[in-house]
Amino acid sequence: MASLSQLGNSLYRGDVSYNIVGRRKAWYLVSAILIVLSIATLGVRGLNLGIEFKGGAEFSVPLAVANDQSVSQARETVLAAGETPSTVTIIGGNKVRIQTPALSTEASNALSAALAKSFLVDEANIKVQLVGPSWGDEVTKNALRALLVFLVLVAVFLSIYFEWQMAVAALIALAHDVLITVGIYALSGFEVTPASVIGFLTILGYSLYDTVVVFDKVKENTKGIHGGSRTTYSEAANLALNQTLVRSINTSVVALLPVLSILVVGVSLLGVGTLNDLALALFVGMLVGTYSSIFVATPFLCQMKERSAENIALAKRVHSRRKGGDAGDDVKPVVAIGAPIVASAGPRQQQVKKTRSRRSGK
Amino acid sequence: MAQHYRPGRSLLIFTVGIIGLLVWAFLPGERHTPKLGLDLRGGTQVILSPSVTAGETLSQEQLNQTLSIIRQRVDGFGVAESEVTIQGTGSGAKIIVTIPGETSRTVVDQLKTTAQLNFRPVLAIDYGSPQPSTSPTPSVSSSASSGATPSTSASPSTSASPTTSVTPTPTPSPSVSVAPELLVPPIQSPDGSGDFANRFSALDCAKSDILKGSTDDPAQYLISCEKDASVKYALAPADLVGTDIDSATAGLPQQGAGGWQVELQMTSEGAKKFADSTTKLSALEKPNDQFAIVLDGVVISAPSVNEAILGGSAVISGSFTADEARALAQVLKYGALPVALDVDEVQQISPTLGNDQLKAGLIAGGFGLLLVIVYLLLYYRALGVIAVISLVAAAVMTFLVFVILGRGIGFTLTLSGVAGAIVAIGITADSFIIYFERIRDEIREGKRLRVAIDQGWTRARRTILAADFVSLLSAAILYYLSVGSVRGFAFTLGLITFVDIAVAFMFTRSLVTKLGNSKWMNAGSSWTGVSPTRLGVKAATSEVN
Repeated sequence: MASLSQLGNSLYRGDVSYNIVGRRKAWYLVSAILIVLSIATLGVRGLNLGIEFKGGAEFSVPLAVANDQSVSQARETVLAAGETPSTVTIIGGNKVRIQTPALSTEASNALSAALAKSFLVDEANIKVQLVGPSWGDEVTKNALRALLVFLVLVAVFLSIYFEWQMAVAALIALAHDVLITVGIYALSGFEVTPASVIGFLTILGYSLYDTVVVFDKVKENTKGIHGGSRTTYSEAANLALNQTLVRSINTSVVALLPVLSILVVGVSLLGVGTLNDLALALFVGMLVGTYSSIFVATPFLCQMKERSAENIALAKRVHSRRKGGDAGDDVKPVVAIGAPIVASAGPRQQQVKKTRSRRSGK
Repeated sequence: MAQHYRPGRSLLIFTVGIIGLLVWAFLPGERHTPKLGLDLRGGTQVILSPSVTAGETLSQEQLNQTLSIIRQRVDGFGVAESEVTIQGTGSGAKIIVTIPGETSRTVVDQLKTTAQLNFRPVLAIDYGSPQPSTSPTPSVSSSASSGATPSTSASPSTSASPTTSVTPTPTPSPSVSVAPELLVPPIQSPDGSGDFANRFSALDCAKSDILKGSTDDPAQYLISCEKDASVKYALAPADLVGTDIDSATAGLPQQGAGGWQVELQMTSEGAKKFADSTTKLSALEKPNDQFAIVLDGVVISAPSVNEAILGGSAVISGSFTADEARALAQVLKYGALPVALDVDEVQQISPTLGNDQLKAGLIAGGFGLLLVIVYLLLYYRALGVIAVISLVAAAVMTFLVFVILGRGIGFTLTLSGVAGAIVAIGITADSFIIYFERIRDEIREGKRLRVAIDQGWTRARRTILAADFVSLLSAAILYYLSVGSVRGFAFTLGLITFVDIAVAFMFTRSLVTKLGNSKWMNAGSSWTGVSPTRLGVKAATSEVN
């Protein structure tokens, strides 16, 4: 803890700096590989959709011990009742879950009675879920509509609160998070249920939340840099990233701890279910979300901003000033890859102080 | 503005607020726990959607009628705290029925049935069950449900027929042998010939399933019973169906005599059919001048027609009580669901499983909270204590709001809601982290603690609000554009975001400011979490490398 605190001090002053923005090509490559893998897996394997999306019936029979024998017993019971079981699985060691294609309510009642008789359990303890074939379509349609409306509103909000480039960068990071999370679902074959969809949608909020916090600092650090010639946009943004790094780590830890606890408790007490579906999507999404707000959103933002005339001019001024004043410094003063270096970045530190005191003087 | 900040006052307002919520939540005689969804306590949830073919539209009125009929049926199950709610509008609307506890598996069928209302001319009438002694001309003195056989007339009835004579059936019941499957309701026949008469005589209302209701094809002949099983009827195909009725109201006749009656108003098409039917019926002898009002294959009432009714409005009179008249009016008006319903989703969860899920949710939440508390204490020390107190305050506030909303607007806490709350722990704690990191940044700049706390807040506030706004936005959109469990999650998330803002602004900031005024905090012990030395201010150069 103390060392993270120390790192925080050094990061804040710029004594230690991870050159995140400068190494953007490396991050892009990592993300690109992940995204290509995700899309490929999605294309090849597809998602393992729960019955909520396919339509069908699901029966969950609680048993003292569920084993292979209970699976075959369940299969026979369903066949004897004249229905076809599509999947029969053991859940949490004490439940047999039977899924069948769509059933009428009468057929479902008959089947649940047959299962109760076969397994000698009280019929009331069998969990039954019937899903009409159109339900899943509707859930998906609603989710997509929610997504679209959300994206538009967020883009508007970010453009007003920050600027349009930040909105674009934040949305790209968002797409990145959702794609990779969905890809991980396709790869692992985890079942996609409405609860996982809730998870995906929450990731949207969380990913943006995280990006907003980082961009807020970027906005603060880059305010007024165009008046001077001390630091380029990318450098100022990179400093912001470093300064919020400890916050990002703490926030992620604090957000992931409860999710992890849902996963652990959920798996050990309930087997699969709403809690786990949700927590799994969140866990993956939050990890990817934290990564993207640091390694994708900000570098991408810098790339866009560096193209503007005033930032090109600024970079030139900074470059020539460094050449004149400090021959040892390149345009990219920080060159360490991934590892912290102690940079002789005196000017940057002063610049930040100046900006901050100017702002607080208001 | 920072100079005018009075932490004591904020703290006081916050405390008063919490106490207010506490009193409100624990008002005597009310429920003191959040209302749990069925996935946490077991029960049946059915999501129904109107089945509308492309191009058809569904009016809000039709939807409301459907809802009120479904509500009636659910109330009929007699399970306390059952709920019927509607989400969405038009053909995209969903009717969500929640019945807590263990329920019969047939609930779903009973719910979605479209009750059918038909008006059928009466062909024959007899005792519901074989009578012990046979008299040549038995007379049914009255139908028990209404006290007297009602009659229908255009004006308040002047010639009520107190008794209905029953046409003796040609063959005595015992000698008729009819295959049992022919007596399984609905007992219908396309042309009323063949063994239709035999089936009529063989029917024993008391032993039949007819009164449970069945589908009634208005184009076919029907044999059915009065709802108290006292009388059975052979009925012709329907002259009028439920949709021909425009409105029906129960009321007292203007003269004030004769007890309650039901006034009918037909649609224009219904009026025409009704005129034809009553012209035909009024010319006939008893019992063929009667028409039976048949709901789901059960005869509700069979008034006789005194005269042709041409205006499309009619009065059913008889010795109705107020309740009977209202019930009949209700059936006539709403009897048929205006639209067929599709079952989108059925979920039946046993109370045992519900309880397990609740327990797992609570354990996961408690465990998650504990982990976060340990982390915050280790990292932020004294400030961490404030964070923990704030988290607990947020948790208490959330619980109280759950209780109050459960009573006020029927907010139910579902498993996904619990998950939303657990996720929100992270988001709430993050507000504190943003604030604390800002304070530490200010101290690293060399500011004194009190100044740092003040200015740190000014900066953190902006970030917290912006980030919470995004959270709220996603919660609101999720809530408005989704159904069922997604909604519960979104609502909880949004609610807790508000709680987070209240706690951070009114409580955490005040506590930090108060603490910042203490000598101990300013002395810079490493346990404060804001020690300038540890934050590298005084010995900055020597400490880092």
